[in-house]
Amino acid sequence: MSALLRLRDVWVEYGDKVVIEGITLDIEAGSFVSIVGPSGAGKSSLLRVILGQEAPTRGSIRLDGAPLAPECGPDRGVVFQRYSVFPHLSVLRNTMFGLECAEAPFTGRLFGARRRAAAAEAEEMLAAVGLGDSLHLYPAEMSGGMQQRLAIAQALIKRPRILLLDEPFGALDPGIRTDMHALVTRLWREYALTIIMVTHDIKEAFTLGTRVLALDKRRHDPHAPHRFGATTVYDLPLKKPLATQALDGSSITIDSKDNN
Amino acid sequence: MRWVNRRVRKGNGFLLGAAPIALLVLAYLVAAAARHEANPNDKILPLPGAMAEAMAALLFRPDPLSGQLLFWADTFASLQRLGFGLGISALSALVVGLVLGVLPPVRATFGPLVTAVAVIPPIALLPILFIAFGLGETAKVALIVVGITPFMIRDIAAHITALPREMLIKAQTLGASSWQLLLRVALPQAMPRLIQSVRLSLGPAWVFLISAEAIASDVGLGYRIFLVRRYLSMDVILPYVAWIALLAVVIDFLLATGSRKLFPWAHGAGH
Repeated sequence: MSALLRLRDVWVEYGDKVVIEGITLDIEAGSFVSIVGPSGAGKSSLLRVILGQEAPTRGSIRLDGAPLAPECGPDRGVVFQRYSVFPHLSVLRNTMFGLECAEAPFTGRLFGARRRAAAAEAEEMLAAVGLGDSLHLYPAEMSGGMQQRLAIAQALIKRPRILLLDEPFGALDPGIRTDMHALVTRLWREYALTIIMVTHDIKEAFTLGTRVLALDKRRHDPHAPHRFGATTVYDLPLKKPLATQALDGSSITIDSKDNN
Repeated sequence: MRWVNRRVRKGNGFLLGAAPIALLVLAYLVAAAARHEANPNDKILPLPGAMAEAMAALLFRPDPLSGQLLFWADTFASLQRLGFGLGISALSALVVGLVLGVLPPVRATFGPLVTAVAVIPPIALLPILFIAFGLGETAKVALIVVGITPFMIRDIAAHITALPREMLIKAQTLGASSWQLLLRVALPQAMPRLIQSVRLSLGPAWVFLISAEAIASDVGLGYRIFLVRRYLSMDVILPYVAWIALLAVVIDFLLATGSRKLFPWAHGAGH
């Protein structure tokens, strides 16, 4: 299968501080890549580069064969640990935001039949993440887990080519985190998503991922610790079907059990 | 129980809040009575009866020269100037603050200018305003605008700049352009802050209004108190000052209530 995302010798440097050195990576469509590593090993920098929030200092990134613009766009969705949702919009309006931006370039708002269509699509998406009953709440009225569900719905409604998760469950308590794992796994299968997730939790990385990347520094100079950056020290493919591959019956049953 | 843990119930809160004000009024009455005992014609601390009499003339009897009820004409003129000043300031602060806050190149170009203008004492500009706009209404409104807009611009711009980076990134991954980001993400979140900014600017706005009226005017609350000062008319000045305070409190209350009604999400409440 051809790679959806190709990183070739990607370096990220801030001044003379090297954060990431020479990462070369192919990510297949339908895979769920977990990125783990110690703090300061450039996990989030790598995610920012893929997101387009920053341009790599050297190297190339290609999405579907086309070079990636150093700017965020609707082909790459994202869920951060916090601040992913808009506090001034209700759950429904938060989810409609992506649709309204695409269809109403000048007013940023939809009216009449187009608005009803967008609202219906958003409601469907919210029902899929389990927020079907909370359409008119504001984010401040919801728990952290519900806000992350909203952030996921908001991103998925744009049907991104890649969904990037930056420690999405880091701030949630363990019970909620398990629910969220089940949710993400189900959505990943249902919508045939490609997901890249940065996490601190090694167990989470292995439970959810089809492939685990560990970032760390290969070399260390004690007199100039900033001169060597991190790269992929382990790249472990796990034996799990990708989201795009046909599933056997058993895994579907397990998934739906998990969700109940 | 520690004092930091003592809670005040609603009814008690009202009583506690009213007590110092009542005490001040009482202290004034005692002092005024004492002065009047020594000198029945004392003008410095007038008794309530004298104040009521002096104010009745301004409230209900038309002025022989202009034929106006002076108190209401003063109030209307001052509120009109204040309203125009606050309105123009709020609108321009919103537009400029948003653009400065959202667009880094604009911030780099005009940020230092706004900072430089903000440190000029506005009263020092009053002669320039009088020369440029004449002694009419424009100069007075302009003084309020010049006085409070730079602060409000900086406040709004700082608030927008401090929005979480994640939120702006998220909006862009949802396809928002710079314009949509400004209109749908920055503007709504700037609005409660703008109202708060107007509330904080109310005090300075009144200062500039009274100053402008004191220097060159023929009607207005500030004009009146500076006019009657020549006759030591404390019986007019004190009620006028109380009236100005009441107006300021009412405007502040309306703004606070409006913000809670219009932007419940910003006040941690439901809708």
